[in-house]
Amino acid sequence: MDDATRERIQKMIDEHPVVLFMKGTKSFPQCGFSATVVEVLRRSETEFLDVNVLEDPAIRQGIKDFAQWPTIPQLYVQGKFVGGCDIVREMYESGELSPVLEAAKG
Amino acid sequence: MIEAHEVEAKILEGVPDAQHVKVEDLTGTKDHYRATVVSSAFEGKSRVEQHKLVYASLGALVGGDVHALALSTYTPAAWAAKQG
Repeated sequence: MDDATRERIQKMIDEHPVVLFMKGTKSFPQCGFSATVVEVLRRSETEFLDVNVLEDPAIRQGIKDFAQWPTIPQLYVQGKFVGGCDIVREMYESGELSPVLEAAKG
Repeated sequence: MIEAHEVEAKILEGVPDAQHVKVEDLTGTKDHYRATVVSSAFEGKSRVEQHKLVYASLGALVGGDVHALALSTYTPAAWAAKQG
């Protein structure tokens, strides 16, 4: 991954408390796993930046290297990688996610 | 495309002390899988770290032949509790 891509990613997660790198957009998710995370965030009444990796191939590959995580979607809260669809859903169901999201609303 | 048993074999081989590995084909198209993995290597690790151990055992497969891999990871104790 080139530095420009790394800096773009870093800037997005630094400037937005909650960022979701996904396939599609929050209004038109184009993958079941991405749609699941969008739904979790909606139910948690959490504002977030949606980054459509389908329109940005450099980010699509770069984000996998950035987090050392091979799949999309990827959720970041306060600059930290939280997880993909499974982990976010498990955390939501177990109640671990809401304090993390509340802290980001700060 | 890859067979479920091949994914199982790779996880069993790659994840230290993998005691139980079950891989299901979610869509019948041999590229969307769910994997349940039990290992003592998960103890003291966050979910992200646990999942990374499984991804590491599969190398470039995930994101390549395997488009999606839904993971459920357990320590032996958590798995025993889940079995109830």
